[in-house]
Amino acid sequence: MAGSLLAELPALPLHTAGKYVAGAYVVLFALVLVYVAIMAIRQSRIERDLAELLAREQAAAAAEREPAQQESSLV
Amino acid sequence: MYGKGLRELSIATVAVMAVALALVFFWAPLEAEQGFLQKIFYVHVPLAIVSLCGFVVGGVFAIQHLRTRDSRWDMRSYVAIHMSLIFGVATLITGSIWAKGSWGHWWEWSEPTLVSFLIVFLLYATYQPLRFAIEDPERQSRYASVFAVTAGAFVPLNFIAVRLSSEYLHPRVLGATSNLPWQMSLTFVVSLLGVALLFTTLCKYELTVKHTRMQLRALRRLAERRDGATSGATSARRARSAAPSVHATAMTARPPRAAGGTTGAAGAPRVARPGS
Repeated sequence: MAGSLLAELPALPLHTAGKYVAGAYVVLFALVLVYVAIMAIRQSRIERDLAELLAREQAAAAAEREPAQQESSLV
Repeated sequence: MYGKGLRELSIATVAVMAVALALVFFWAPLEAEQGFLQKIFYVHVPLAIVSLCGFVVGGVFAIQHLRTRDSRWDMRSYVAIHMSLIFGVATLITGSIWAKGSWGHWWEWSEPTLVSFLIVFLLYATYQPLRFAIEDPERQSRYASVFAVTAGAFVPLNFIAVRLSSEYLHPRVLGATSNLPWQMSLTFVVSLLGVALLFTTLCKYELTVKHTRMQLRALRRLAERRDGATSGATSARRARSAAPSVHATAMTARPPRAAGGTTGAAGAPRVARPGS
């Protein structure tokens, strides 16, 4: 279906200024792509830091729980 | 907070951009003089308009920041200007490509439209170094806001001055002198809408990432303080940055005006101690 739809579309006159037009649109999409990639890297860093913080908090909570359990067993 | 509605906005942006591209390449008629090269107009002009509007919006946010001292406005102003700079780069590159195809050279120094846009772009290119040069976050945000307001006022003045100029090569597509066929006008409006939506989506995306990072930083500081209270260690100082630091309470609720909405001396967001 997509193939027949594409066949119906008028041909683009790329022979004249095609490289300039393609260049302009590629620049825009490349910039957006680079920007989104940078943001995705930052987001993955946040996720990593969050996981690290969570692990630290869980370790701290476990360490707090252990002496309390020891005290209760002594009593 | 900032992530709300981001998905819907992203879908709308992709849909409008796709429609705009289809209209540009398969529906809008070819221009008589420039032919296919004129298709650059549908991306270059919206980019320039949105970029200049973004600078002005950054100035409006900066006014809000100076009025309320709420650091969230500073963050919005920063993101709007940052995004406008990126769109400005795209404007300059697409404009140069068009100039090469139309005039035969990449740049024309005697053309007021081009040079004035470059001046505005270079003016705003100093925004981030200005922020980075000031270590104290309170002063950094205040000075940056003053800069954003002043430069934001310069943008429309510059635009009007160029429009009043009588000698220019750059085509005028908006205003009384333009006689675009309705198909071209409609395609242009859809393209403008698509680029404006792209700007808004990317701004929202950046605000969401920055906001999440600030929250994480505040959480870590809280944990470090608690650990420091038990072990006697002191928490590490925040690294120097051009990006605004948002007040910890501003992330969840609107801070009272009297509180100032400022950060600590070392740039660390003020975080309430547990139980305080």
